[in-house]
Amino acid sequence: MQALAISHFSIVNSLGAGAEAVLLGLREKRSGLRACDFDTAAIDTYIGRVPGLEDSPVRADLAEFDCRNNRLVQRCLEQDGFGERIAQARDRYGAGRIGVFLGTSTSGIHTTELAYRRREPRTGALPADYHYAETQNAFSLGEFVRRYSGLNGPAFVVSSACSSTAKVFGNAARMITAGVCDAALVGGADSLCLTTLYGFRSLELTSRGPCRPYDAERDGISVGEGAGLALLERADRAPSGTVRLLGVGESSDAYHMSTPHPEGLGAKLAMRQALDSAGLQPSDIDYVNLHGTATKTNDASEDRAVVEVFGRDTPCSSTKGSTGHLLGAAGITEAIISILAIENNFMPGSANTRTVDPSLRCRYLLEVREGRVRCVLTNSFGFGGSNCSLILGRNE
Amino acid sequence: MRVFLEGVGIVGPGLPDWVASRAVLAGEDAYRPGPTVVAPSELLPPAERRRAPLAVRLALAAGQEAFRNAGRDVASTATVFASSSSDGDTLHQMCEMLATAEREVSPTRFHNSVHNAAAGYWSIATRCRKPSTSLACYDASFAAGLLEAAVQVATSGAPVGLIAYDQPYPEPLHSARPVAASFGAALVLTPESGERAFAALEIDFFAEPARATPMSDPALEATRLDNPAARALSLLATLARKRGGSVVLDYLSGAHLRIGASPC
Repeated sequence: MQALAISHFSIVNSLGAGAEAVLLGLREKRSGLRACDFDTAAIDTYIGRVPGLEDSPVRADLAEFDCRNNRLVQRCLEQDGFGERIAQARDRYGAGRIGVFLGTSTSGIHTTELAYRRREPRTGALPADYHYAETQNAFSLGEFVRRYSGLNGPAFVVSSACSSTAKVFGNAARMITAGVCDAALVGGADSLCLTTLYGFRSLELTSRGPCRPYDAERDGISVGEGAGLALLERADRAPSGTVRLLGVGESSDAYHMSTPHPEGLGAKLAMRQALDSAGLQPSDIDYVNLHGTATKTNDASEDRAVVEVFGRDTPCSSTKGSTGHLLGAAGITEAIISILAIENNFMPGSANTRTVDPSLRCRYLLEVREGRVRCVLTNSFGFGGSNCSLILGRNE
Repeated sequence: MRVFLEGVGIVGPGLPDWVASRAVLAGEDAYRPGPTVVAPSELLPPAERRRAPLAVRLALAAGQEAFRNAGRDVASTATVFASSSSDGDTLHQMCEMLATAEREVSPTRFHNSVHNAAAGYWSIATRCRKPSTSLACYDASFAAGLLEAAVQVATSGAPVGLIAYDQPYPEPLHSARPVAASFGAALVLTPESGERAFAALEIDFFAEPARATPMSDPALEATRLDNPAARALSLLATLARKRGGSVVLDYLSGAHLRIGASPC
């Protein structure tokens, strides 16, 4: 594929708000996880919650869009000068030439959960202040960001569970290659809700403490929330030195709705396709940012796939011990973490992991490692067997 | 972008499938709205045929017909699934359960609640490991899916199946998002004008508003406006007439798609 420049980005999650805070958290191998204190959830688990969202409504002229998910993405638009960067791109390309391809798995579902607790007792009706299209619907996120940013290029929201915001890089790259737009805003958000907390608990996949990816005693995920946005442009329109999107690989497991293929068949396909599309060999990858959710089966399946594609020498780690599993927002979060690793020449260590499971064979990094990082492959795998691998790299 | 069309699938109110609906959509036979009848999918194992959620069965029915009409191998074709709200029954049941003190969520219901559940069932049933995108764009989900599918065909040089589907919500969500009847529409698109292609589609995005092409029959126009997936009807009617023409599809606020269809 034609490489694209990732000229600006913005990130927020429980580890920090803004690139600098997240970078510092990763360098110090901190964890943003805490005992579950979300809404009325009575679950013995840890979560990655972004503080202060309860007091940060969305912009007044977009009040109907007010929900936790859009509040999260608004944080991204407000910090690190990202809003100004979009305005500059809009002046440069024109509003109709910038696409908006965002992902989310649960959108503003927490608003609907709250509305179901406030149904009119006699008729069962939802409260009059409930705005379905602007909160619950998956496209709410896309329409909110379009309106907030004044963009009018092609747009949609991808919702394929935990691969959503990795896959949008592919959508944007194709749209730019086909000439439908010149640049694209990609990324997305996922926010805490009862659906995912109780849903993952029903599958016995929520960790009792902070999640421990690749640990011999790992016992499940820590559900987190967060958002990330990135501006993609043709490489010749961005300053040299800008980190690029070099490859995208996508596949389907065709195996099970909520369990990955035990041999990581779909994961291997996605990683190999990403390498093919980048024109790179496995040995060109300096670091693999794993999906690494910290469930028994996910980590085992991904490990098999990674070792088969890369062998046992390529350094790998999961950053979910720091951020929790951001579900639909995991892809953009870990793509931005990969960019930070490249720009700052370090590889994140695995927060909360104490003893690496001896049955897992990849070269798993417990501690932060300094060293030249030119190319990173990052994995995102979701329910329904939806897999996506991205390759990011330096401009050289 | 120019792509070619090999197969169409449809399931909607009074529109049982593409072959049986073509004369109605071409304006040769009268349209008689009726309930949407979704046949149990042969793609699913017998135990799952009736148990699978309606949204999944709807998508599978439309998709399977399009691939059958195209004579295309399902397992080797990438897919785009377009839906505004995917499985509305499951969302309602989950939210109802989460509003109780017990909050006993069923694990099956939880995995069915993801927007890409239909794509997951499709890939499992057809053993298709090709990439699949599940997207949403509210009322313009069909237009967004068509644009994405065409872009995939143009950039990959390989065929793509587009499956658009939406179902009504039960109350109380129905009042917040009224959709009366289930609808599914599917297209198999290819880069080349091979033997099986019967129409060429020239698909272009415009960042300006335009009036969407309506259906000439008022009852069909009501059906088109009722369900996001039924926004495909104006394009399908042009195809059914086999004369070609230009169709405007509503897309975003302030943007539209124009499709030039010509028989081949």
